[in-house]
Amino acid sequence: MRFLRSEHLPHIWCVGCGHGIVLGAVARAMDRAGVDQDRTVVVSGIGCSSRAVGYLNMDALHTTHGRALAFATGIKLARPDLRVAVLAGDGDLAAIGGNHLIHAARRNIGITTVCFNNGIYGMTSGQYSPLTPAGYRTTTSPFGHLERDFDLCRLVQAAGATYVARSTAYHVHQTITYVTRALAHDGFSFVEVFSPCPTYFGRHNRMGDPVKMMQWLHDGTVQAGQAARMTPEELRGRVVIGEFHRTQEVPEYARSYREMIARLAEEGDRSAG
Amino acid sequence: MQGNEACVEGALEAGLQFFAGYPITPSTEIAEMLADRLPRAGGFFIQMEDEIASMAAVIGASLAGMRAMTATSGPGFSLKQENLGYAAITETPCVVVNVQRVGPSTGMPTSPSQGDVMQARWGTHGDHPVVVLSPSSVLETYVLTVKAFAIADELRVPVILLTDEITGHMRERVVLPDPGTLPRAGRPREGQAPTDIPPMHHFGEGRRVMVTGLYRDSTGFWTESREEADRLIRRLAGKVESRREQLTMVDRRHLDDAQVVVVAYGCVARSAQRAVHLARERGRRVGMLRLSCLWPFPGHEIEALAEQVDSIVVPEMNLGQMVGEVERAARGRCRVIGYHRVDSELIRPEELLPVLEGV
Amino acid sequence: MAQKKAGAIRINEAWCKRCDICIAFCPRDVLAAGDGGVPRVVNLPACTFCLLCVLRCPDFAVEVIEDKEVASRDVATATHAG
Repeated sequence: MRFLRSEHLPHIWCVGCGHGIVLGAVARAMDRAGVDQDRTVVVSGIGCSSRAVGYLNMDALHTTHGRALAFATGIKLARPDLRVAVLAGDGDLAAIGGNHLIHAARRNIGITTVCFNNGIYGMTSGQYSPLTPAGYRTTTSPFGHLERDFDLCRLVQAAGATYVARSTAYHVHQTITYVTRALAHDGFSFVEVFSPCPTYFGRHNRMGDPVKMMQWLHDGTVQAGQAARMTPEELRGRVVIGEFHRTQEVPEYARSYREMIARLAEEGDRSAG
Repeated sequence: MQGNEACVEGALEAGLQFFAGYPITPSTEIAEMLADRLPRAGGFFIQMEDEIASMAAVIGASLAGMRAMTATSGPGFSLKQENLGYAAITETPCVVVNVQRVGPSTGMPTSPSQGDVMQARWGTHGDHPVVVLSPSSVLETYVLTVKAFAIADELRVPVILLTDEITGHMRERVVLPDPGTLPRAGRPREGQAPTDIPPMHHFGEGRRVMVTGLYRDSTGFWTESREEADRLIRRLAGKVESRREQLTMVDRRHLDDAQVVVVAYGCVARSAQRAVHLARERGRRVGMLRLSCLWPFPGHEIEALAEQVDSIVVPEMNLGQMVGEVERAARGRCRVIGYHRVDSELIRPEELLPVLEGV
Repeated sequence: MAQKKAGAIRINEAWCKRCDICIAFCPRDVLAAGDGGVPRVVNLPACTFCLLCVLRCPDFAVEVIEDKEVASRDVATATHAG
């Protein structure tokens, strides 16, 4: 696997953690998408998933909690010729990083974001995140979580992302396909991938076994095509996976800015000459 | 020319290519002028969604090879602290302009103060290197902005241009130095980097660099090694400490025969200068030491002065921030008297004169 | 084109964290827990080269090696027949 820094394996993630599966899917997608390791920058925030960039053999930027997309925006504007991807977790992207997520989507800046969604804050040992569903137990929701979780794909799509998809670590082929398409997409692309955390999410909710959690990912999801033919009652408690949105109609931000610079230069020449 | 305008001109002269910012009084003019000037010069301006994102984008652009800057005031400066520390530990060159206003919190947005002096040094957590410059005039704003980029690039350190609402908004006639005459520096590159500053490898140069806010080993990968940790933090601090002489920027007036010396900076230095002039007209042996670089603090200058004079007066528009540093450096060899005004009005020469005479 | 065949399935014991995912989700029960929980091959002929064990291993610890002898035999047969 030429995309990995194998000298740093085995990685720090727990037994059965889905992040290794998702990282592998991302690496394979990069291969399929023809990614050039010398013209790609992967950016992350803080958390278990954010460590993923340390294992990729390319320019890597491991930033502050929640801010990956803001750093990535600076990189993309400075070097639009480079491929920029953000790999980060649900807490990093949707809690502290929520503001940067919706604005990056709104700008439609050419960054591919993969959300490693394990529905919990793993690195700090198991607190709830905006993607922890109601009723589930975590260290900060010991009596069952009262809050609803985001539908991240709907949120990001509403904010303006032009490629939006969801998959899981169980549905690894689908994940590879979606990330490949997201990498090839011109504009802001977002792939949410459910990733099991057996150590915290699992153990606090009677599925501390990696195999059980993978099974749960299978049982708790429905393909988009199938979901379209199901009633709300049938869909309750299940998550829809699939490709939800894809358009190339919206101008990509870094390009738009460069076009503006070119236009100004031309006007400058015309008025001077 | 307005002070904030001089900052813009200085930044463009220094080769600014990227600005990310957020509107905040009294720094907004910098963003507005650059929104117009930068794209015309082939550079990038972006108004980010908040101050934190602005600082992040500046660092991202700098790591991708561009000279980058942001500008803000108190509340925004507070927000930027975490990422400022990130720039410090990752040794990312960048310039942060803080046009000080009355704080804390929302304070008095359109009034001047010097309340962020300590924050500029210690605002972000942990021991970290930072250089802080303080202009007292529109011309000096231009000159120090150019210098800020040179220091940032050479030392691979965040440089804060700590100005204030008066210096930022006042207008003065200036004769700018000819383009290309002020010294510029480049970032340390492979083969010609000093021993204590690693060569800078930008993204997209084929180096596959690893940049992280965690402590790191020589390959850039995160580490928990005690030896590496000690080595890193001491080297970072040493980058600035060992260059104290180069970073001593003071203006000395009438020190030869002085019994009383005013140590001042920023907008207050203008009033102090006038007060010193008036005092000397009345035959008082008063001098002035104006600081243009606040951090690293030129303690050696104060130490020398304290041997020579009876008293040092430190006028500031805060409740006492620089005065403590002066006291420490003076080591009790002379009296140190602070004069502090915090009602949003500039300290006037007429206020200082009796203080100087009474001493 | 004939179905690829597995010549061997190798587990990197230094990286494998014994999560059991490859064992549990192999559609053909090719793997089972061996010493110390490390997966071992118990039914290689049943392997269809689906590679799900490789893709779903969180630790990059599974490698499925193609049986090249079978592959070259298939090509020869195809050439003759075609």
